[in-house]
Amino acid sequence: MRPAARIIGAILLTLSVVVVARAQTRTTIAAASDLQFALKEVEAAFEADGHPAVDLVFGSSGTLAKQIQDGAPFEVFMSADESYVQTLVTAGLTKDGGVLYAVGRVVVFAPTGSPLQPDPELKNLAALLAKGGVTRFAIANPEHAPYGRAAEAVLRKRGLWDRLQPMLVLGENITQAAQFATTGNAVGGIIAYSLVLSPALKDRGTFALLPESDHAPLRQRMVRLKKAGAAADAFYAFVQSAKARPILTKYGFALPGQ
Amino acid sequence: MDWTALGVSLRLAAGTLAILLPLAIALGRVLAYRRFRGRSILEAVVALPLVLPPTVLGFYLLISFGARSVVGQAFAAIAGHSLAFSFQGLLLASLIANLPFTVQPIQRAFEAIPTNVRDAAACCGLTPWRAFRAIELPLAWPGLVTAAVLAFAHTLGEFGVVLMIGGSLPGQTRTISIAIYDRLQAFDEHAAGVMAATLLAIALGALVITQTLARRVGRSSE
Repeated sequence: MRPAARIIGAILLTLSVVVVARAQTRTTIAAASDLQFALKEVEAAFEADGHPAVDLVFGSSGTLAKQIQDGAPFEVFMSADESYVQTLVTAGLTKDGGVLYAVGRVVVFAPTGSPLQPDPELKNLAALLAKGGVTRFAIANPEHAPYGRAAEAVLRKRGLWDRLQPMLVLGENITQAAQFATTGNAVGGIIAYSLVLSPALKDRGTFALLPESDHAPLRQRMVRLKKAGAAADAFYAFVQSAKARPILTKYGFALPGQ
Repeated sequence: MDWTALGVSLRLAAGTLAILLPLAIALGRVLAYRRFRGRSILEAVVALPLVLPPTVLGFYLLISFGARSVVGQAFAAIAGHSLAFSFQGLLLASLIANLPFTVQPIQRAFEAIPTNVRDAAACCGLTPWRAFRAIELPLAWPGLVTAAVLAFAHTLGEFGVVLMIGGSLPGQTRTISIAIYDRLQAFDEHAAGVMAATLLAIALGALVITQTLARRVGRSSE
């Protein structure tokens, strides 16, 4: 019975052709998740300015830095803090020391229908916690997400960290924390200001901006990696240009030199 | 709908089948008919990915093929990029993860062929190669289809390993399963929903095709 063998042969041949036809690769930017919405707008402006499109990959700064050390082919790394950039600089993986591009802020967020009423001193959260009204509370994982570290610092300062432990849900990065805070049964979370200002989250709840002095500043640094090409250089310059700065400001970032 | 991601997943599944099916036919047949020292160990190794958490596989692949490992550096020197965070890296992971899904159904199919049928083929003077093509392969056909469909569906659904060694690079390592995860994090429930429904339809379709085919082949070979 030949057909069986022939069919298998034909299928294998087709499969091989499909695999060999490879997609072209583009310049890829690795960016901290708090930039999820702001950087997409910056990228659109970058294209509108006549540049070729670049791909954006989002994740927690710690995860992305680890991937870069393991050989991920990113050309620019936009961290949500400075330490991960410093790690890569020390490892000799970057072109230079990079540049500060924004300073981030955190908010306490409560989804629509939550018993939590956000306030800058987290008084309502403390009261809610005291009467056992906190089901789940979302933050990013402090182990590898700078925004998670900021959230931990704020909660420690308000003396809520230890009592809140059993209710904490940890997002792998700050957008996942925001996802947890808006869906699921969380009363809210501490997430990035840039996310709650985005169209995607605007109508999903209320928030209060937390004082800058409550946590170490989220000094967001970006750096070009060794293999960065011309497109990466152009994007790196564009983020610092007058065309991108208003977009970052719109998303609640404080800018260097302001 | 992220068509690029669907494309990556389909290419990955196609590549896995193209490489793994011939290998699984050879390995499955050896395991079915040959008795040799270390056979049980080989069977255990083949079955290992079934019980191994994907994160364990991802961890070891990253350790062995990341830019900081010897193998990873050697590969990067030849290919110009690291094996981790590349399509080839995903393909390698997929080959390992799908070993049991392909080898086991094929082995069972070969084992199910009655010994007297194979003896008769040898008696009639068929060379082993002709007996394989004319007798064994047609009879083992349902096992091959099952293996192919299982590996195909499993590759589309692979998540843990891809998350660890992929890096979500569009057109390279952002598979459709990863794209669903990414879109959900970007609060794009619509796109995530469409892709999830697509995967559901593909999975269901694949199973219907296998069962129909297996039944038809089973009937015609009686």
